[in-house]
Amino acid sequence: MPVVTEKANLNTKTANLNQKAKENKKVVYHTKDLNLWYGEGHALKNINLAINENEVTAIIGPSGCGKSTYIKTLNRMVELVPSVKISGEILYRERNILDKSFKVEDLRTSVGMVFQKPNPFPKSIYENVAYGPKIHGIRDKKILDEIVEKSLRGAAIWDEVKDRLNQNAYGLSGGQQQRLCIARCLAIEPDVILMDEPTSALDPISTLKVEELVQELKEEFSIIIVTHNMQQAARISDKTAFFLNGEVIEFAETDKIFSTPSDKRTEDYITGRFG
Amino acid sequence: MKYVDSEQVHKKMGSRLLANNLAKTLFFMATLFGLVVLIVLIYRVLADGLGWINMDFLMNRLSTDPERAGIWGAITGTLWLMLVVAPVTMILGVGTAIYLEEYAAKGRISSFIKTNISNLAGVPSVVFGILGLTVFARALDLGSVVLAGGLTMALLVLPVVVVASQEAIRAVPQFLREASYGMGATKWQTIKNVVLPAALPGILTGVILALSRAIGETAPLVVIGIPALLIPVPDGIFDKFTILPVQIYYWTIDSALVAEYANLAAATIVILLIVLFAMNSIAILIRNKFQKRF
Repeated sequence: MPVVTEKANLNTKTANLNQKAKENKKVVYHTKDLNLWYGEGHALKNINLAINENEVTAIIGPSGCGKSTYIKTLNRMVELVPSVKISGEILYRERNILDKSFKVEDLRTSVGMVFQKPNPFPKSIYENVAYGPKIHGIRDKKILDEIVEKSLRGAAIWDEVKDRLNQNAYGLSGGQQQRLCIARCLAIEPDVILMDEPTSALDPISTLKVEELVQELKEEFSIIIVTHNMQQAARISDKTAFFLNGEVIEFAETDKIFSTPSDKRTEDYITGRFG
Repeated sequence: MKYVDSEQVHKKMGSRLLANNLAKTLFFMATLFGLVVLIVLIYRVLADGLGWINMDFLMNRLSTDPERAGIWGAITGTLWLMLVVAPVTMILGVGTAIYLEEYAAKGRISSFIKTNISNLAGVPSVVFGILGLTVFARALDLGSVVLAGGLTMALLVLPVVVVASQEAIRAVPQFLREASYGMGATKWQTIKNVVLPAALPGILTGVILALSRAIGETAPLVVIGIPALLIPVPDGIFDKFTILPVQIYYWTIDSALVAEYANLAAATIVILLIVLFAMNSIAILIRNKFQKRF
């Protein structure tokens, strides 16, 4: 019965493929030979990283190692700094974002960012969240209302602010402001969320809330997070990249980085010998 | 052996303290001088002019007869002038400031422009008068009407608005711009929705201060050819007009002929000072109310 065997074989093959697809998630950001200079300073040196979708990728390293510069290159925010020079390729969903024909506005609509210091606009809570959809042309009040509620719920802050949506966002606590900024970022329905030390200005309880939130968000989004805090990287990330002096020293599963790092410098850093 | 000889120190202590007190007195006198002069000026003006201020003086037209003369024409002219100066300086000044702060690449050219704007602020106002006469009154053939005067004044006070707006725009924190750019906003959307609203109080303060300078200036309008005796009240920006300081100027000159004109000039000064004081107070109020919330 050759036909049946063949079919059985085929089934096993498909199953294998599915299994493989689960293991090998799609790459969302592929950085190839990235170099970056601030004037004469060589800030990023030959960065090669492949970042998967629906994962939390942590970037750790001492101050000045280039981790913030790297994450800001991923949405080309780094270009706000005059005298920046970049070479190499960053493929986002297989398109090179450093190509001049790639519109930054397009990129930043797919790739949201949460900053180090909570930076809500001096506007109402509602207006803060509705800002993104509005600049992308959504005017319908009903749709905006829905987006605002969905985003605030997504950022686990809806219950705290639903009764004061029209109050100024500056009246919120630091932790609430940061979650509001995450909600504002969700409102543009991004594909990737970049987080540049999002908890460094927050107290431990607010930090915990943001960390829990990151865990929930990775179901839907790909998250790249820069952090100073190694425990944080260990707690929330799937993969970790260790940066030092503008180079990637090691990039691997978070468990592996923190238990059996393959580079001596990684080990020294995570055991607190420097940095 | 100690280096500081306490006996020497004691000997010199007296003269050191004396110098200390002298310095304090000197600086206090310097401060006092300006204040005293101002008080004397205000006293003289009030003494000469206060008795002449009444509703008739405010609402009457100009006249050669001091008893019947009023400044309604000059007040209306001042208002019309502000109506031209305010939008023109606002658009040109804020536009320039936005370009310099947000668009222009930081380099030699932009710093050259900035230096020249500061230099422009130092150009004597009579020179602007000649510019206004040549360009607006003659070349564009507007004559000495509100529009010509207003455009001239707008150029004169432009640097004030540019510099104030630049400072206000620069004070908007970078993290607010980043937040906006980070969501895919264009530069113009960011300027319109984030930068300008945050900079508005500072810009408004600058505009009001510029306006109060514009309505206190005399020379440019005299050069443009404001008539010394203008009886009709202006109805629009294409009418001939006069403003309070110009009226003060002509009355002061003519007081050699008619002594009461000096009193009319003093009364007009009181009105002008009240207007300027009110405008500056509004500017300060705006500044205090919207002081940095970042």
